Amino acid sequence: MRSSGNSASLRAWQVLVLVGILAVWHVGTSPTLLPPLYFDDPHKAAFFFGEPLTVLSRIWNWLYGGEIYRHLWVTLVETVLAFAIGTLSGLAIGIWLALAPVASAVLDPYIKGLNAMPRLILAPIFFVWFGLGIASKVAIGVTLVFFIVFFNVYQGVREVSPVVLANARMLGASPRQLLRHVYLPSAMSWVFASLHNSVGLAFVGAVVGEYLGSSEGVGYLILQAEGTFDINTVFAGIVVLTAFALVLDWMVTLAEDRLMVWQPRSGETERI
Amino acid sequence: MIAALALENITCTFVSPERRQQRYTAVKGASLTVAPGEFVSVVGPTGCGKTTLLNVAAGLLAPSSGSVRIHGEPLEGVNARAGYLFQSEALMPWRSAFGNVVAGLEFRGVAPREAAGSANDWLRRVGLAGFGDRYPHQLSGGMRKRVSLAQTLILDPEILLMDEPFAALDVQTRQLMENELLELWSADRKSVVFITHDLEEAISLSDRVVVLSAGPETRPIGEYRIDLPRPRDVSEIRLSPRFIEIHAEIWHAMKDEVLKGYAQQRQ
Repeated sequence: MRSSGNSASLRAWQVLVLVGILAVWHVGTSPTLLPPLYFDDPHKAAFFFGEPLTVLSRIWNWLYGGEIYRHLWVTLVETVLAFAIGTLSGLAIGIWLALAPVASAVLDPYIKGLNAMPRLILAPIFFVWFGLGIASKVAIGVTLVFFIVFFNVYQGVREVSPVVLANARMLGASPRQLLRHVYLPSAMSWVFASLHNSVGLAFVGAVVGEYLGSSEGVGYLILQAEGTFDINTVFAGIVVLTAFALVLDWMVTLAEDRLMVWQPRSGETERI
Repeated sequence: MIAALALENITCTFVSPERRQQRYTAVKGASLTVAPGEFVSVVGPTGCGKTTLLNVAAGLLAPSSGSVRIHGEPLEGVNARAGYLFQSEALMPWRSAFGNVVAGLEFRGVAPREAAGSANDWLRRVGLAGFGDRYPHQLSGGMRKRVSLAQTLILDPEILLMDEPFAALDVQTRQLMENELLELWSADRKSVVFITHDLEEAISLSDRVVVLSAGPETRPIGEYRIDLPRPRDVSEIRLSPRFIEIHAEIWHAMKDEVLKGYAQQRQ
Protein backbone atom coordinates (compact mmCIF):
# COMPACT_ATOMS: atom_id res chain seq x y z
CA MET A 1 0.00 0.00 0.00
CA ARG A 2 2.80 2.36 0.89
CA SER A 3 4.41 2.19 -2.52
CA SER A 4 1.17 2.99 -4.36
CA GLY A 5 0.61 5.95 -2.02
CA ASN A 6 4.16 7.09 -2.81
CA SER A 7 3.63 6.87 -6.54
CA ALA A 8 0.39 8.86 -6.29
CA SER A 9 2.09 11.65 -4.37
CA LEU A 10 5.01 11.48 -6.81
CA ARG A 11 2.58 12.05 -9.70
CA ALA A 12 1.03 14.96 -7.81
CA TRP A 13 4.46 16.54 -7.37
CA GLN A 14 5.30 16.03 -11.04
CA VAL A 15 2.07 17.76 -12.10
CA LEU A 16 2.74 20.53 -9.60
CA VAL A 17 6.14 21.24 -11.17
CA LEU A 18 4.48 21.56 -14.58
CA VAL A 19 1.77 23.85 -13.21
CA GLY A 20 4.44 25.94 -11.48
CA ILE A 21 6.44 26.37 -14.67
CA LEU A 22 3.32 27.32 -16.63
CA ALA A 23 2.26 29.76 -13.93
CA VAL A 24 5.65 31.51 -13.83
CA TRP A 25 5.65 31.60 -17.62
CA HIS A 26 2.14 33.05 -17.72
CA VAL A 27 2.74 35.69 -15.04
CA GLY A 28 6.10 36.68 -16.47
CA THR A 29 4.89 37.22 -20.02
CA SER A 30 1.44 38.69 -19.42
CA PRO A 31 1.46 42.44 -20.22
CA THR A 32 -0.80 43.33 -17.28
CA LEU A 33 0.04 41.07 -14.34
CA LEU A 34 3.51 42.42 -13.54
CA PRO A 35 4.88 45.93 -13.83
CA PRO A 36 7.52 46.11 -16.61
CA LEU A 37 10.81 45.31 -14.89
CA TYR A 38 13.19 44.64 -17.72
CA PHE A 39 11.44 45.51 -20.98
CA ASP A 40 10.29 49.07 -21.64
CA ASP A 41 7.25 47.82 -23.63
CA PRO A 42 4.95 45.47 -21.60
CA HIS A 43 4.32 43.36 -24.73
CA LYS A 44 7.99 42.60 -25.36
CA ALA A 45 8.16 39.71 -22.90
CA ALA A 46 5.36 37.95 -24.75
CA PHE A 47 7.11 38.67 -28.03
CA PHE A 48 10.31 36.93 -26.95
CA PHE A 49 8.95 34.15 -24.74
CA GLY A 50 5.42 33.55 -26.03
CA GLU A 51 2.39 33.08 -23.83
CA PRO A 52 1.38 29.67 -22.53
CA LEU A 53 -2.32 30.20 -23.16
CA THR A 54 -1.71 31.26 -26.75
CA VAL A 55 0.61 28.28 -27.24
CA LEU A 56 -2.08 25.93 -25.90
CA SER A 57 -4.76 27.49 -28.10
CA ARG A 58 -2.40 27.16 -31.10
CA ILE A 59 -1.97 23.45 -30.38
CA TRP A 60 -5.70 23.10 -29.90
CA ASN A 61 -6.34 24.82 -33.24
CA TRP A 62 -3.85 22.54 -34.96
CA LEU A 63 -5.35 19.40 -33.54
CA TYR A 64 -8.94 20.57 -33.97
CA GLY A 65 -8.48 22.25 -37.35
CA GLY A 66 -6.48 19.31 -38.67
CA GLU A 67 -3.73 21.46 -40.16
CA ILE A 68 -1.01 19.73 -38.15
CA TYR A 69 -1.71 16.13 -39.09
CA ARG A 70 -0.14 16.27 -42.54
CA HIS A 71 3.07 17.76 -41.13
CA LEU A 72 3.11 15.51 -38.12
CA TRP A 73 2.65 12.48 -40.35
CA VAL A 74 5.63 13.47 -42.50
CA THR A 75 7.85 14.02 -39.47
CA LEU A 76 6.77 10.75 -37.88
CA VAL A 77 7.34 8.79 -41.09
CA GLU A 78 10.84 10.28 -41.36
CA THR A 79 11.58 9.50 -37.71
CA VAL A 80 10.28 5.95 -37.79
CA LEU A 81 12.03 5.14 -41.07
CA ALA A 82 15.32 6.61 -39.81
CA PHE A 83 14.93 4.70 -36.55
CA ALA A 84 14.10 1.38 -38.25
CA ILE A 85 16.74 1.58 -40.98
CA GLY A 86 19.42 2.88 -38.59
CA THR A 87 18.69 0.21 -35.99
CA LEU A 88 18.55 -2.70 -38.43
CA SER A 89 21.69 -1.69 -40.30
CA GLY A 90 23.51 -1.00 -37.01
CA LEU A 91 22.45 -4.44 -35.79
CA ALA A 92 23.51 -6.24 -38.98
CA ILE A 93 26.87 -4.49 -39.42
CA GLY A 94 27.59 -4.58 -35.69
CA ILE A 95 27.15 -8.34 -35.60
CA TRP A 96 29.12 -8.83 -38.79
CA LEU A 97 32.13 -6.79 -37.66
CA ALA A 98 32.09 -8.27 -34.17
CA LEU A 99 32.31 -11.76 -35.69
CA ALA A 100 34.86 -10.83 -38.39
CA PRO A 101 38.01 -9.65 -36.60
CA VAL A 102 39.98 -8.99 -39.78
CA ALA A 103 37.30 -6.80 -41.38
CA SER A 104 36.80 -5.01 -38.08
CA ALA A 105 40.55 -4.32 -37.72
CA VAL A 106 40.71 -2.97 -41.29
CA LEU A 107 37.66 -0.75 -40.94
CA ASP A 108 38.38 0.41 -37.38
CA PRO A 109 39.94 3.85 -38.17
CA TYR A 110 37.17 4.67 -40.65
CA ILE A 111 34.43 3.82 -38.19
CA LYS A 112 36.10 5.89 -35.51
CA GLY A 113 36.43 8.77 -38.01
CA LEU A 114 32.80 8.58 -39.13
CA ASN A 115 31.66 8.48 -35.53
CA ALA A 116 33.79 11.47 -34.54
CA MET A 117 32.56 13.51 -37.50
CA PRO A 118 29.71 15.96 -36.75
CA ARG A 119 27.38 14.08 -39.08
CA LEU A 120 24.78 16.83 -39.46
CA ILE A 121 27.18 18.51 -41.89
CA LEU A 122 26.31 15.69 -44.29
CA ALA A 123 22.85 17.27 -44.67
CA PRO A 124 23.74 19.40 -47.74
CA ILE A 125 25.15 16.31 -49.46
CA PHE A 126 22.01 14.33 -48.69
CA PHE A 127 19.88 17.17 -50.08
CA VAL A 128 21.84 16.96 -53.32
CA TRP A 129 21.62 13.18 -53.45
CA PHE A 130 18.08 12.59 -52.26
CA GLY A 131 16.31 15.91 -52.90
CA LEU A 132 14.28 17.92 -50.42
CA GLY A 133 11.67 15.20 -49.74
CA ILE A 134 11.47 12.57 -47.03
CA ALA A 135 14.52 10.56 -48.17
CA SER A 136 17.13 13.18 -47.25
CA LYS A 137 15.72 13.54 -43.71
CA VAL A 138 15.67 9.78 -43.27
CA ALA A 139 19.31 9.68 -44.38
CA ILE A 140 20.30 12.27 -41.77
CA GLY A 141 18.44 10.38 -39.06
CA VAL A 142 20.04 7.09 -40.12
CA THR A 143 23.57 8.49 -39.80
CA LEU A 144 22.74 9.54 -36.23
CA VAL A 145 20.98 6.34 -35.14
CA PHE A 146 23.28 3.88 -36.89
CA PHE A 147 26.42 4.55 -34.86
CA ILE A 148 24.72 4.36 -31.48
CA VAL A 149 23.17 0.99 -32.27
CA PHE A 150 26.27 -0.22 -34.07
CA PHE A 151 28.65 0.40 -31.17
CA ASN A 152 26.27 -1.17 -28.69
CA VAL A 153 25.76 -4.30 -30.77
CA TYR A 154 29.47 -4.59 -31.44
CA GLN A 155 30.17 -4.43 -27.72
CA GLY A 156 27.27 -6.77 -26.93
CA VAL A 157 28.42 -9.49 -29.31
CA ARG A 158 32.02 -9.29 -28.13
CA GLU A 159 30.97 -9.64 -24.52
CA VAL A 160 28.97 -12.83 -25.03
CA SER A 161 29.97 -15.14 -22.22
CA PRO A 162 32.52 -17.61 -23.67
CA VAL A 163 31.10 -20.34 -21.43
CA VAL A 164 27.54 -19.86 -22.71
CA LEU A 165 28.96 -19.94 -26.22
CA ALA A 166 30.98 -23.11 -25.61
CA ASN A 167 27.95 -24.71 -23.98
CA ALA A 168 25.74 -23.95 -26.98
CA ARG A 169 28.39 -25.43 -29.27
CA MET A 170 28.57 -28.58 -27.17
CA LEU A 171 24.78 -28.81 -27.39
CA GLY A 172 25.20 -29.00 -31.15
CA ALA A 173 24.39 -25.46 -32.31
CA SER A 174 25.51 -24.68 -35.88
CA PRO A 175 27.14 -21.28 -36.57
CA ARG A 176 23.77 -20.05 -37.80
CA GLN A 177 22.02 -21.26 -34.64
CA LEU A 178 24.74 -19.66 -32.52
CA LEU A 179 23.96 -16.35 -34.20
CA ARG A 180 20.22 -16.74 -33.73
CA HIS A 181 20.19 -18.20 -30.22
CA VAL A 182 23.32 -16.82 -28.55
CA TYR A 183 24.81 -13.74 -30.22
CA LEU A 184 21.53 -12.00 -31.07
CA PRO A 185 19.78 -12.38 -27.70
CA SER A 186 22.96 -11.40 -25.92
CA ALA A 187 23.34 -8.29 -28.08
CA MET A 188 19.68 -7.36 -27.66
CA SER A 189 20.08 -6.15 -24.08
CA TRP A 190 22.75 -3.74 -25.31
CA VAL A 191 20.59 -2.72 -28.25
CA PHE A 192 17.64 -1.86 -26.04
CA ALA A 193 19.85 0.23 -23.80
CA SER A 194 20.70 2.29 -26.89
CA LEU A 195 17.21 2.48 -28.43
CA HIS A 196 15.99 5.20 -26.08
CA ASN A 197 18.85 7.39 -27.25
CA SER A 198 18.24 6.44 -30.86
CA VAL A 199 14.56 7.44 -30.84
CA GLY A 200 15.49 10.93 -29.72
CA LEU A 201 18.21 11.21 -32.33
CA ALA A 202 15.94 9.95 -35.11
CA PHE A 203 13.65 12.86 -34.22
CA VAL A 204 16.60 15.25 -34.23
CA GLY A 205 17.58 14.06 -37.72
CA ALA A 206 14.06 14.50 -39.07
CA VAL A 207 13.42 17.93 -37.57
CA VAL A 208 16.85 19.39 -38.32
CA GLY A 209 16.52 18.08 -41.88
CA GLU A 210 13.16 19.80 -42.25
CA TYR A 211 14.59 22.90 -40.70
CA LEU A 212 17.39 23.04 -43.26
CA GLY A 213 15.16 22.61 -46.28
CA SER A 214 11.70 21.19 -46.80
CA SER A 215 8.12 22.01 -47.71
CA GLU A 216 6.32 19.99 -45.06
CA GLY A 217 6.80 18.54 -41.59
CA VAL A 218 6.74 20.00 -38.08
CA GLY A 219 10.26 21.35 -38.52
CA TYR A 220 9.01 23.22 -41.58
CA LEU A 221 6.09 24.65 -39.53
CA ILE A 222 8.52 25.87 -36.89
CA LEU A 223 10.76 27.41 -39.52
CA GLN A 224 7.78 29.25 -41.09
CA ALA A 225 6.66 30.58 -37.73
CA GLU A 226 10.16 31.71 -36.91
CA GLY A 227 10.26 33.59 -40.21
CA THR A 228 7.32 35.72 -39.08
CA PHE A 229 8.54 36.03 -35.46
CA ASP A 230 5.55 33.98 -34.30
CA ILE A 231 7.20 32.64 -31.16
CA ASN A 232 3.97 31.04 -29.90
CA THR A 233 3.78 28.72 -32.90
CA VAL A 234 7.45 27.79 -32.44
CA PHE A 235 6.73 26.76 -28.85
CA ALA A 236 3.60 24.91 -29.94
CA GLY A 237 5.66 22.93 -32.46
CA ILE A 238 8.24 22.10 -29.80
CA VAL A 239 5.55 20.86 -27.40
CA VAL A 240 3.93 18.66 -30.07
CA LEU A 241 7.31 17.16 -31.05
CA THR A 242 8.22 16.49 -27.43
CA ALA A 243 4.89 14.74 -26.85
CA PHE A 244 5.45 12.46 -29.80
CA ALA A 245 9.04 11.74 -28.83
CA LEU A 246 7.72 10.66 -25.43
CA VAL A 247 5.16 8.38 -27.11
CA LEU A 248 7.86 6.71 -29.22
CA ASP A 249 10.11 6.33 -26.18
CA TRP A 250 7.23 4.74 -24.28
CA MET A 251 6.70 2.27 -27.15
CA VAL A 252 10.37 1.29 -26.94
CA THR A 253 9.93 0.73 -23.21
CA LEU A 254 6.90 -1.49 -23.89
CA ALA A 255 8.86 -3.57 -26.40
CA GLU A 256 11.76 -3.77 -23.96
CA ASP A 257 9.52 -5.01 -21.15
CA ARG A 258 8.09 -7.71 -23.40
CA LEU A 259 11.37 -8.92 -24.91
CA MET A 260 13.65 -8.56 -21.91
CA VAL A 261 11.64 -10.50 -19.33
CA TRP A 262 14.64 -12.74 -18.76
CA GLN A 263 16.76 -9.97 -17.32
CA PRO A 264 17.10 -9.83 -13.57
CA ARG A 265 15.80 -6.64 -12.00
CA SER A 266 16.68 -5.39 -8.62
CA GLY A 267 13.97 -5.47 -5.99
CA GLU A 268 11.81 -8.25 -7.29
CA THR A 269 10.46 -9.10 -3.87
CA GLU A 270 6.84 -8.37 -3.18
CA ARG A 271 5.65 -6.73 0.02
CA ILE A 272 2.70 -8.58 1.48
CA MET B 1 37.82 -53.30 -25.58
CA ILE B 2 38.01 -49.94 -27.36
CA ALA B 3 38.21 -46.98 -24.99
CA ALA B 4 35.26 -44.57 -25.08
CA LEU B 5 37.70 -41.71 -24.79
CA ALA B 6 41.44 -41.85 -25.38
CA LEU B 7 43.74 -38.85 -25.02
CA GLU B 8 47.17 -39.79 -26.35
CA ASN B 9 50.28 -37.80 -25.58
CA ILE B 10 48.46 -34.46 -25.45
CA THR B 11 50.53 -31.27 -25.27
CA CYS B 12 48.92 -27.82 -25.13
CA THR B 13 51.12 -24.75 -25.50
CA PHE B 14 49.49 -21.34 -25.36
CA VAL B 15 51.12 -18.41 -27.13
CA SER B 16 50.46 -14.88 -25.94
CA PRO B 17 48.79 -12.97 -28.79
CA GLU B 18 50.78 -9.80 -28.01
CA ARG B 19 54.24 -11.23 -27.52
CA ARG B 20 54.73 -14.38 -29.55
CA GLN B 21 57.84 -15.44 -27.62
CA GLN B 22 55.83 -15.71 -24.44
CA ARG B 23 54.64 -19.30 -24.23
CA TYR B 24 52.95 -21.33 -21.58
CA THR B 25 52.77 -25.10 -21.76
CA ALA B 26 49.76 -26.04 -19.67
CA VAL B 27 49.73 -29.76 -20.42
CA LYS B 28 52.64 -31.88 -21.66
CA GLY B 29 52.57 -35.46 -22.86
CA ALA B 30 49.37 -36.31 -21.02
CA SER B 31 47.54 -39.55 -21.78
CA LEU B 32 44.20 -40.62 -20.38
CA THR B 33 41.81 -43.39 -21.36
CA VAL B 34 38.28 -43.93 -20.17
CA ALA B 35 36.52 -47.25 -20.73
CA PRO B 36 32.84 -47.39 -21.73
CA GLY B 37 30.70 -46.97 -18.63
CA GLU B 38 33.63 -45.98 -16.45
CA PHE B 39 33.52 -43.05 -14.00
CA VAL B 40 36.96 -41.45 -13.89
CA SER B 41 37.86 -38.49 -11.72
CA VAL B 42 40.83 -36.28 -12.46
CA VAL B 43 42.27 -34.47 -9.46
CA GLY B 44 45.14 -32.05 -9.23
CA PRO B 45 46.23 -28.83 -7.60
CA THR B 46 44.52 -25.61 -8.70
CA GLY B 47 45.75 -24.12 -11.94
CA CYS B 48 47.26 -27.38 -13.19
CA GLY B 49 45.50 -27.52 -16.54
CA LYS B 50 42.61 -29.84 -15.69
CA THR B 51 40.14 -27.71 -17.63
CA THR B 52 42.54 -27.54 -20.59
CA LEU B 53 42.59 -31.32 -20.75
CA LEU B 54 38.79 -31.47 -20.61
CA ASN B 55 38.42 -28.83 -23.34
CA VAL B 56 40.67 -30.95 -25.54
CA ALA B 57 38.44 -33.97 -24.93
CA ALA B 58 35.39 -31.84 -25.76
CA GLY B 59 36.93 -30.68 -29.03
CA LEU B 60 36.64 -27.04 -27.92
CA LEU B 61 40.43 -26.74 -27.91
CA ALA B 62 42.79 -28.27 -30.46
CA PRO B 63 45.94 -29.69 -28.80
CA SER B 64 49.37 -28.52 -29.98
CA SER B 65 50.28 -32.16 -30.43
CA GLY B 66 48.81 -35.55 -29.60
CA SER B 67 45.56 -37.17 -30.63
CA VAL B 68 42.05 -37.62 -29.28
CA ARG B 69 40.10 -40.77 -30.12
CA ILE B 70 36.43 -41.24 -29.41
CA HIS B 71 35.49 -44.93 -29.58
CA GLY B 72 38.56 -45.41 -31.74
CA GLU B 73 37.78 -42.63 -34.20
CA PRO B 74 39.95 -39.49 -34.31
CA LEU B 75 38.10 -36.42 -33.06
CA GLU B 76 37.49 -33.55 -35.46
CA GLY B 77 35.83 -30.34 -34.35
CA VAL B 78 33.42 -30.30 -31.45
CA ASN B 79 32.88 -33.69 -29.82
CA ALA B 80 29.28 -34.46 -30.74
CA ARG B 81 29.22 -37.66 -28.69
CA ALA B 82 30.07 -35.87 -25.45
CA GLY B 83 28.09 -33.69 -23.07
CA TYR B 84 29.91 -31.00 -21.11
CA LEU B 85 28.95 -29.69 -17.70
CA PHE B 86 30.79 -26.42 -17.12
CA GLN B 87 32.20 -25.06 -13.91
CA SER B 88 30.66 -21.60 -14.25
CA GLU B 89 27.21 -20.51 -15.36
CA ALA B 90 26.60 -21.86 -18.84
CA LEU B 91 22.82 -21.57 -19.17
CA MET B 92 21.44 -19.12 -21.69
CA PRO B 93 20.02 -16.40 -19.43
CA TRP B 94 17.44 -15.37 -22.06
CA ARG B 95 15.87 -18.82 -22.08
CA SER B 96 13.65 -20.27 -19.39
CA ALA B 97 14.65 -23.50 -17.64
CA PHE B 98 12.50 -25.39 -20.14
CA GLY B 99 14.01 -23.43 -23.06
CA ASN B 100 17.49 -24.31 -21.85
CA VAL B 101 16.76 -28.00 -21.42
CA VAL B 102 15.09 -28.27 -24.82
CA ALA B 103 17.84 -26.27 -26.60
CA GLY B 104 20.00 -29.22 -27.66
CA LEU B 105 17.06 -31.09 -29.20
CA GLU B 106 15.97 -27.88 -30.92
CA PHE B 107 19.47 -27.41 -32.40
CA ARG B 108 19.31 -31.00 -33.66
CA GLY B 109 15.98 -30.39 -35.37
CA VAL B 110 13.90 -32.75 -33.24
CA ALA B 111 10.14 -32.20 -33.74
CA PRO B 112 8.93 -29.55 -31.23
CA ARG B 113 6.23 -31.73 -29.66
CA GLU B 114 8.58 -34.65 -29.09
CA ALA B 115 11.32 -32.33 -27.81
CA ALA B 116 8.91 -30.64 -25.37
CA GLY B 117 7.79 -34.00 -23.99
CA SER B 118 11.37 -35.08 -23.45
CA ALA B 119 12.34 -31.74 -21.85
CA ASN B 120 9.45 -31.87 -19.41
CA ASP B 121 10.40 -35.44 -18.56
CA TRP B 122 13.99 -34.39 -17.82
CA LEU B 123 12.90 -31.39 -15.76
CA ARG B 124 10.88 -33.85 -13.66
CA ARG B 125 13.82 -36.26 -13.37
CA VAL B 126 16.08 -33.54 -11.95
CA GLY B 127 13.32 -32.45 -9.58
CA LEU B 128 12.33 -29.24 -11.33
CA ALA B 129 8.82 -30.06 -12.58
CA GLY B 130 6.84 -26.83 -12.31
CA PHE B 131 9.96 -24.66 -12.62
CA GLY B 132 10.13 -24.84 -16.42
CA ASP B 133 9.02 -21.26 -17.00
CA ARG B 134 11.56 -19.74 -14.60
CA TYR B 135 14.54 -17.88 -15.98
CA PRO B 136 18.01 -18.80 -14.70
CA HIS B 137 18.28 -15.68 -12.52
CA GLN B 138 15.10 -16.75 -10.74
CA LEU B 139 16.59 -20.13 -9.76
CA SER B 140 19.03 -20.95 -6.97
CA GLY B 141 22.57 -22.12 -7.73
CA GLY B 142 21.66 -25.77 -7.12
CA MET B 143 18.59 -25.54 -9.34
CA ARG B 144 20.65 -23.99 -12.12
CA LYS B 145 23.09 -26.91 -11.88
CA ARG B 146 20.15 -29.31 -12.18
CA VAL B 147 18.95 -27.48 -15.28
CA SER B 148 22.49 -27.77 -16.71
CA LEU B 149 22.52 -31.46 -15.92
CA ALA B 150 19.15 -32.01 -17.63
CA GLN B 151 20.27 -29.86 -20.55
CA THR B 152 23.29 -32.10 -21.06
CA LEU B 153 21.73 -35.49 -20.34
CA ILE B 154 18.65 -34.94 -22.54
CA LEU B 155 20.94 -35.43 -25.57
CA ASP B 156 21.96 -38.84 -24.19
CA PRO B 157 25.72 -38.30 -24.70
CA GLU B 158 27.94 -41.38 -24.62
CA ILE B 159 30.61 -39.45 -22.72
CA LEU B 160 29.97 -36.97 -19.95
CA LEU B 161 32.66 -34.35 -19.29
CA MET B 162 32.27 -32.53 -15.99
CA ASP B 163 34.45 -29.61 -14.92
CA GLU B 164 34.11 -29.08 -11.17
CA PRO B 165 30.36 -28.80 -11.73
CA PHE B 166 29.47 -28.58 -8.06
CA ALA B 167 32.37 -26.42 -6.87
CA ALA B 168 30.22 -23.32 -6.44
CA LEU B 169 27.55 -25.06 -4.35
CA ASP B 170 27.31 -25.22 -0.58
CA VAL B 171 28.31 -28.49 1.09
CA GLN B 172 24.79 -29.86 1.69
CA THR B 173 23.50 -29.06 -1.80
CA ARG B 174 26.69 -30.47 -3.19
CA GLN B 175 26.27 -33.86 -1.52
CA LEU B 176 22.65 -34.03 -2.66
CA MET B 177 23.72 -33.25 -6.21
CA GLU B 178 26.49 -35.85 -6.05
CA ASN B 179 24.00 -38.51 -5.00
CA GLU B 180 21.61 -37.45 -7.74
CA LEU B 181 24.42 -37.63 -10.26
CA LEU B 182 25.33 -41.15 -9.16
CA GLU B 183 21.69 -42.19 -9.40
CA LEU B 184 21.31 -40.78 -12.92
CA TRP B 185 24.62 -42.27 -13.94
CA SER B 186 23.83 -45.75 -12.63
CA ALA B 187 20.65 -45.80 -14.75
CA ASP B 188 22.58 -45.95 -18.04
CA ARG B 189 26.30 -46.00 -17.16
CA LYS B 190 27.84 -43.36 -19.39
CA SER B 191 31.56 -42.83 -19.51
CA VAL B 192 32.34 -39.92 -17.22
CA VAL B 193 35.37 -37.69 -16.84
CA PHE B 194 34.91 -35.73 -13.65
CA ILE B 195 37.36 -32.92 -12.93
CA THR B 196 37.69 -31.76 -9.34
CA HIS B 197 40.23 -30.46 -6.88
CA ASP B 198 38.33 -32.14 -4.06
CA LEU B 199 39.85 -35.56 -3.40
CA GLU B 200 36.93 -36.72 -1.24
CA GLU B 201 34.46 -35.92 -3.99
CA ALA B 202 36.64 -37.76 -6.49
CA ILE B 203 36.93 -40.93 -4.41
CA SER B 204 33.29 -41.10 -3.39
CA LEU B 205 32.03 -40.82 -6.98
CA SER B 206 34.55 -42.69 -9.11
CA ASP B 207 35.74 -46.06 -10.32
CA ARG B 208 39.20 -44.63 -10.87
CA VAL B 209 41.04 -41.49 -9.75
CA VAL B 210 43.80 -39.96 -11.87
CA VAL B 211 46.17 -37.55 -10.14
CA LEU B 212 47.79 -34.77 -12.16
CA SER B 213 51.09 -33.07 -11.40
CA ALA B 214 51.28 -29.38 -10.61
CA GLY B 215 51.38 -27.09 -13.65
CA PRO B 216 52.92 -26.01 -15.93
CA GLU B 217 53.59 -29.05 -18.14
CA THR B 218 50.98 -31.05 -16.31
CA ARG B 219 50.75 -34.80 -16.81
CA PRO B 220 49.15 -37.68 -14.91
CA ILE B 221 51.41 -38.97 -12.14
CA GLY B 222 49.26 -41.66 -10.60
CA GLU B 223 46.15 -43.79 -11.04
CA TYR B 224 44.10 -45.34 -8.28
CA ARG B 225 41.30 -47.85 -8.68
CA ILE B 226 38.49 -47.22 -6.20
CA ASP B 227 37.08 -50.58 -5.09
CA LEU B 228 34.31 -49.21 -2.89
CA PRO B 229 31.00 -51.04 -3.42
CA ARG B 230 28.13 -49.46 -5.36
CA PRO B 231 25.51 -48.13 -5.01
CA ARG B 232 27.11 -45.53 -2.80
CA ASP B 233 25.82 -42.73 -0.66
CA VAL B 234 28.43 -40.01 -0.85
CA SER B 235 27.95 -38.70 2.66
CA GLU B 236 28.01 -42.16 4.29
CA ILE B 237 30.83 -43.68 2.27
CA ARG B 238 33.20 -40.97 3.46
CA LEU B 239 33.10 -42.56 6.91
CA SER B 240 33.99 -46.11 5.83
CA PRO B 241 37.49 -47.38 6.79
CA ARG B 242 38.35 -48.37 3.22
CA PHE B 243 37.55 -44.82 2.02
CA ILE B 244 39.89 -43.35 4.63
CA GLU B 245 42.59 -45.82 3.62
CA ILE B 246 42.33 -44.89 -0.09
CA HIS B 247 42.16 -41.21 0.78
CA ALA B 248 45.37 -41.43 2.80
CA GLU B 249 47.12 -43.30 0.00
CA ILE B 250 46.22 -40.82 -2.74
CA TRP B 251 46.74 -37.79 -0.54
CA HIS B 252 50.25 -39.00 0.27
CA ALA B 253 51.04 -39.05 -3.46
CA MET B 254 49.31 -35.74 -4.13
CA LYS B 255 50.68 -33.69 -1.28
CA ASP B 256 54.00 -32.83 -2.88
CA GLU B 257 52.27 -31.67 -6.06
CA VAL B 258 49.78 -29.56 -4.15
CA LEU B 259 52.61 -27.88 -2.24
CA LYS B 260 54.51 -27.36 -5.49
CA GLY B 261 51.46 -25.75 -7.10
CA TYR B 262 50.91 -23.59 -4.04
CA ALA B 263 54.52 -22.43 -4.05
CA GLN B 264 54.29 -21.52 -7.73
CA GLN B 265 51.19 -19.46 -7.22
CA ARG B 266 52.77 -17.53 -4.39
CA GLN B 267 55.68 -16.41 -6.50
